[in-house]
Amino acid sequence: MSQTDVRMDGSPRLRGAREATPGSAGRRRERLMVPRADFDSYYGRPVLNEPTWRAPDIAGYLFLGGLAGACSTLAAAAELTGRPRLARSGKVAALCALGGSVYALIHDLGRPERFVNMLRVFKVTSPMSVGTWILTAYGPQAGCAAAADVSGRLPRLGRAAAVGAGLTGPALATYTAALICDTAVPAWHEAYREMPFLFAGSATAAAGGLGMLAAPLEEAAPARRAAVLGTAVECVAATRMERRLGPLAEPMRRSRLLRAGEALCLAGALAGITVGRRSRIAAVAAGAALLAGSACTRFGIFRAGMESANDPKYTIRPQRKRLAKARAERELE
Amino acid sequence: MDFAWPLLRQLTGGDRSGRGSAVKSARTAGLRARTAEADRVVKSVCPYCAVGCAQNVYVREGKVVQIEGDPDSPISRGRLCPKGAATLQLTTASERGDRALYRPPGAADWQEIDLATAMDMIADRIIATRRDTWEWDRDGMRVARTLGIASLGGATLDNEENYLIKKLLTALGVVQIENQARVCHSSTVVGLGTSFGRGGATTFLQDLQHSDCVVIQGSNFAEAHPVGFQWVMEAKARGAVIIHVDPRFTRTSALADLHVPIRAGSDVAFLGAIINHVLDNDLYFHDYVVAYTNAADILRQDYRDAEDLDGLFSGFNQESRLYDDETWQYEGAQIAPASGARDVDYARRVGHLPPGRVEVLGGTGLPLEGTPERDETLRHPRCVMQVLRRHFARYTPEMVERVCGVPRHLFEQVCRHLTENSGPDKTAEFVYAVGWTQHSDGSQFIRAASILQLLLGNIGRPGGGIQALRGHASIQGSSDVPTLFNLLPGYIPMPHAHENERLRDFLHADAPNKGCWAHMPAYMVSLLKAWWGESARADNDYRFGYLPRLTGSHSTYDTVLAQLDGTCKGYLLLGENPAVGSANTKMQRLGMAALDWLVVRDLNLIESATWWKDGPEIETGELRTADIATEVFFLPAACHTEKSGSFTNTNRLLQWHHQAVEPAGDARSDLWFMYHLGRIIREKLAGSRDPMDAPVLELTWDYPVEGELAEPSSEAVLAEINGWDEHGPLSGAGELKDDGSTVCGCWIYCGVYADGVNRAARRRQGSEQDWIAAEWGWAWPANRRLLYNRASARPDGSPWSERKKLVWWDADASVWTGYDVPDFEAGKSPSYRPPPDATGTAALSGTDPFIMQADGKGWLFAPSGVVDGPLPTHYEPQDSPVANPLYGQQRNPARKLYPHEHNRYQPSGDEPGASVYPYAVTTYRLTEHFTAGGMSRRTPYLAELQPEMFCEVSPALAAERGLVHGDWATIITARNAIEARVMVTDRIPSLRLDGRVLHQIGLPFHFGPNGLATGDAANELAAISLDPNSHIQEVKALSADIRPGRRPRGPALPELVRAYRRRAGVDERTGTEV
Amino acid sequence: MREQPVPGRVGFFTDTSICIGCKACEVACKEWNAVPQGGLDFTGMSYDNTAGLGADTWRHVAFIEQRRPLGHQEPGVGDMDFRWLMASDVCKHCTHAACLDVCPTGSLFRTEYGTVVVQEDVCNGCGYCVPACPFGVIGKRESSGVAAKCTMCYDRLGAGQEPACAKTCPTDSIQFGDLDELRERAQRRLEQVREAGATSARLYGHDPGDGVGGTGAFFLLLDEPEVYGLPPDPVVTTRDLPSMWRHVGVAALGLLAGMAAVAWRRR
Repeated sequence: MSQTDVRMDGSPRLRGAREATPGSAGRRRERLMVPRADFDSYYGRPVLNEPTWRAPDIAGYLFLGGLAGACSTLAAAAELTGRPRLARSGKVAALCALGGSVYALIHDLGRPERFVNMLRVFKVTSPMSVGTWILTAYGPQAGCAAAADVSGRLPRLGRAAAVGAGLTGPALATYTAALICDTAVPAWHEAYREMPFLFAGSATAAAGGLGMLAAPLEEAAPARRAAVLGTAVECVAATRMERRLGPLAEPMRRSRLLRAGEALCLAGALAGITVGRRSRIAAVAAGAALLAGSACTRFGIFRAGMESANDPKYTIRPQRKRLAKARAERELE
Repeated sequence: MDFAWPLLRQLTGGDRSGRGSAVKSARTAGLRARTAEADRVVKSVCPYCAVGCAQNVYVREGKVVQIEGDPDSPISRGRLCPKGAATLQLTTASERGDRALYRPPGAADWQEIDLATAMDMIADRIIATRRDTWEWDRDGMRVARTLGIASLGGATLDNEENYLIKKLLTALGVVQIENQARVCHSSTVVGLGTSFGRGGATTFLQDLQHSDCVVIQGSNFAEAHPVGFQWVMEAKARGAVIIHVDPRFTRTSALADLHVPIRAGSDVAFLGAIINHVLDNDLYFHDYVVAYTNAADILRQDYRDAEDLDGLFSGFNQESRLYDDETWQYEGAQIAPASGARDVDYARRVGHLPPGRVEVLGGTGLPLEGTPERDETLRHPRCVMQVLRRHFARYTPEMVERVCGVPRHLFEQVCRHLTENSGPDKTAEFVYAVGWTQHSDGSQFIRAASILQLLLGNIGRPGGGIQALRGHASIQGSSDVPTLFNLLPGYIPMPHAHENERLRDFLHADAPNKGCWAHMPAYMVSLLKAWWGESARADNDYRFGYLPRLTGSHSTYDTVLAQLDGTCKGYLLLGENPAVGSANTKMQRLGMAALDWLVVRDLNLIESATWWKDGPEIETGELRTADIATEVFFLPAACHTEKSGSFTNTNRLLQWHHQAVEPAGDARSDLWFMYHLGRIIREKLAGSRDPMDAPVLELTWDYPVEGELAEPSSEAVLAEINGWDEHGPLSGAGELKDDGSTVCGCWIYCGVYADGVNRAARRRQGSEQDWIAAEWGWAWPANRRLLYNRASARPDGSPWSERKKLVWWDADASVWTGYDVPDFEAGKSPSYRPPPDATGTAALSGTDPFIMQADGKGWLFAPSGVVDGPLPTHYEPQDSPVANPLYGQQRNPARKLYPHEHNRYQPSGDEPGASVYPYAVTTYRLTEHFTAGGMSRRTPYLAELQPEMFCEVSPALAAERGLVHGDWATIITARNAIEARVMVTDRIPSLRLDGRVLHQIGLPFHFGPNGLATGDAANELAAISLDPNSHIQEVKALSADIRPGRRPRGPALPELVRAYRRRAGVDERTGTEV
Repeated sequence: MREQPVPGRVGFFTDTSICIGCKACEVACKEWNAVPQGGLDFTGMSYDNTAGLGADTWRHVAFIEQRRPLGHQEPGVGDMDFRWLMASDVCKHCTHAACLDVCPTGSLFRTEYGTVVVQEDVCNGCGYCVPACPFGVIGKRESSGVAAKCTMCYDRLGAGQEPACAKTCPTDSIQFGDLDELRERAQRRLEQVREAGATSARLYGHDPGDGVGGTGAFFLLLDEPEVYGLPPDPVVTTRDLPSMWRHVGVAALGLLAGMAAVAWRRR
């Protein structure tokens, strides 16, 4: 029954017994809609906000960080196995890559002068925070190792630093996988199982490439093998990733950069263990290809993620599927 | 432990993950709400629409830091719409110019000018123009006026400011005083006034919650008055049915139960058909109708209805295009209306009559009315009820389909809901706005609703009534304290020119001698005393002769033509933007270009202030800046937070807003402007012997000023509006006398300052009061919130029902009592019957609820006061793609036309060339903007919400004309062409009527070239064709063509318009036939 | 690693079935928080010209025109079904907030009211929170270079005042209060609306069992979430972070081992 009678008690501010209900007195009746074949979105706009990260900075950081970390490890290994020139090239390269990556990281900030705020806290929930501390631990050692090697001073400390950097290097080379996977960007997040291996492989290949490029043939054997190993891991990881992600992997499958990355790495690795053993020029070329390949891979992954974030279907379809699955399971019980 | 380094806090404190207290910065810890830090909270009222939402203005160190809703308000309950929420930006925006500017004749740009100099120059120009254009008489009749000066604006200003504008300009002999009320709701005053006695909404917003059925028609309630709409939602929550009848599916429809699409301009046919349905099936509230309406009154033998004359009523003169309403009168009675055209019977009533009626010569106050014959069985063939049945017989559901394009099943649902929810236990309410008023027969739209609500017994009862939603903060106030040419304060008619007219003749002719209006002599004399004080004495007719006289219409549109023909040379724009907001904006600008001088007072540089350098005519080459000799003054105005005063909201409620801060730079209130302008003019004229200066020099103009800006005291002005006698402030209009012993500036506001207390400033928390909240502000008349509420009780004084009781007769105490203030003499028993010779309110019986009416009845049939017919009749709009299916008479025969090179009319219906303009166009508001945009298009937060002019079209029309969503379209009429972005939407359905499909085009009217949100003004397209009662323009229904692409630039634009005219064969006669 | 809900948590219940799309919430929010104007673009997306939430739009009203019926409403738009949905979107103030988790500086923090707030004096604009948010709420402001989003008027809460948007809402479509109490009210409201025939009505974000542990700002919707631009099944990305770290760890060790292997082979 309607409550429109005049009552003097009703204070204007009292909430009524009920709220207005939409269209309740008309003739029509709302039919439950048949589930839509495709999916709806709000004027085709992305559900997620587009990452503000700039490709040169962040994709560049992914590449350089990986390169630095892997180089330090390779350098340490070379040092311990008596390959001084391979070790030196690794240390120097690591330091340069480190410099570049830190620059990229800071350059991408909205407020670069506030970079130090990264050190306000330590948050395991934030790969970037963890990464910052990894950099903090790794950076000085890598720097010290390179400096000692080049200057020839404090050899002991230098060696210790090289080993330290070599041990922390892998963390730097792989945490970046967590960095991008720990987002709502579908193509990144869903790939978190393979991404660390993809990055590790890519970094290893790049380090190998650099070794081939910088070190004399007689010392470059580990670099050549690293290139092969890295490339292999990278390819396997990439293939598994694309298979597991299914439709979500579309942006990756479409990515020319990723294809180029694989091709370059494969070519570089092969050339490395064949002609690269004998010809310095070939080794240089192979090394360059591997570096380029690794860079392509990182930029490719970055782009693919962006693409998946900007198209609502990559966000909505998997979630719909997930809901349908959950509903089906509930019904089974 | 509290470390500076968050990491240490994290490691040592309770927030190990570093996501809470540990990472809080010092700044965050120190955050304080600026509302809590404010030095003062100033009580104010929103300056936009007329809902009158209360605002709290927070001031810190002399600056306004925040403005938000005041939860104490029983009306708004602390809520604000986007515009209200943007008032902080509106009032504190840096874009707001605060320097006085001057543009010399022919100059290419502004130059800054000292404010005092500007005031002095303006005063000089007013004096000079007045001297040059003064006329003592016209056609041998005294007029004592100037047509050389006009003013426009007032609805955005305070009541006190309107009062000073009207007082000073009238004393200067200016009659062309107008404001937004003319172009928005003037037809409301006629429609509601003639039907019930008062020209204001019959109810108030909070009462919507008691309605069982709310019909919103001719209004986009949710969009134009969002905060008021909360009361519709309240009603819906309580079980009411919400119906929205509108050409478009709007944000109002989205929340309604029922949306009925209707062809713009066909509402009379729709309402007429409901009336027919109610009469046919005897669904009317019999006891109410018999007792409280004029249904039983018997009309004269010689009355002929539109039914008999194919759309005309008896008394029409083909030459003058005017009606003589004598044949519309009751049998054996002459009756004068409470509103509308009250002077038309002057000759007859004062006594210049055909021989044989000598007994009334000289008009010595004989009771002219007599008592009309009644047949309470309602069977007499000439009784109003029978006439009504005949008149509306042809308004059938089939006609609704043919005329309105409303499918039968929808129409029947509306009839069912409306009738099922009316009667003793239930009440239905109509809500309308300018969708009804802005038509060439707008007054009749409102008359139709009035008739229907009277038949259903919904007037004067809770949850019933007719809610007129008005669109400016004080547009009701600027009608009550009118800056309107045809009214004096309190709806006293402005005198027309007559041969040797005396005050007595005027009062005798323009006021009935029964009902409250019989006391008009007291109101009028008190007003004259308020204006001319000591100088106003009985022996000089209380200076009645000082009032300038009207000769015909002096509406804002007549003023435009007067400007074009050089009669009007000076123009004051006071917070109105006709270059965007009035019909045929090109004519508005060309009119201003013909002026000698123009004064614009506004918050910022609106289109009406800058047309001479960047107006559309400059672009098309029709005007050259160097050739424009108009001197232009721009004076920055103070906004509502910078002055004190009262707004009257849409329900006649006066609310006081207090000054929060001083205006910056040269910004001043209009109270300041008017007062000091008057002071300077009086100083300049001091000592003049010229009789034309006497009204100015003898004018009471001594208001106390405050502060270093010498701001006049608005409270002192309010005190004068309220009035006083030798004992002090008056407490009600009942105390007014016609012997010169009382002073009162506006009789209906008498009581707002009773006992020297500013009742408009009362702010007792709504939560501490009942839903009527009588102690929040003050409503005219006499703080009654629901008008004619005597009708909420049976004739015997007991409530119609327990559910809907409001006021009733307490027999023991023999007094009227109830929740609201009774709109009736408190002690008048229901059984009271007037003696035959009684006059005034004593002449009304204890069962006559409509106390302003001469017969105390609600008028189903208007025997007088409505100049285009006693009953609403469907006429097509001036420019219509449809031929009138109901009558041979296509258009309103009495409509007012202004043929002019720039104001051509279009062929309609079946006329050759009509197909050149095949689509119906309607204009409307958006929530995000305000009227002509002066208060919203420069406000960034509002501009971004609706950044551009657009047009709404149906998918069908888009397909027919190749319009692409998001692209541009050009809309063309015989006046002008505009461009707009295309919005293809199902919300503006194409209609099926009379075997054809009619497409409609929707155009928001806010946009113009200046500001952030820009676009062509929809009013460029509209013609000046007016409702003859109210002189309101028809902008809610036109016809036009639309085509894809942007409009041409430069001279090609007028050429395009001319090409269309040629194709349609438009000439100076087109559309002007009766 | 997962947070526990704060006792006495406050939130928003946005009942879109009584929203009139007036956008007062957008303006009141901007006025109070001095959010910059977002640009003057005519989008053609019905009456929505602010397009979506971001650094410069903390409340966003969506407008959806559909050829579908709404309850028993008679739309009178030809013979077809039609409804016009409006909904005011806002930051969800998730129980498990990804933006908060991934913020490396501690600029984002969980307040004593259970809300999630950016500290603009701390944020260095790393932008990590932007892709982390599964709802696309937070953005990085060009002008200031730092992240910005709804604070649920943190400063007003401190003064015992309700957020600006909820205070201004003409129809009470936006309701602010104790989260538990709001959830109960919402449940009752859902039943009302369903009874009235709007069978498509559903609550969104009210369920503590969902992927973000329930949201502090939840909604009554009249259609699928994605129709309003909301994700149908949002999950806080950090839910999988432990597993991510494990994979990273294995990969890192693998890299170490691999390098050792390639170096020491045949020695």
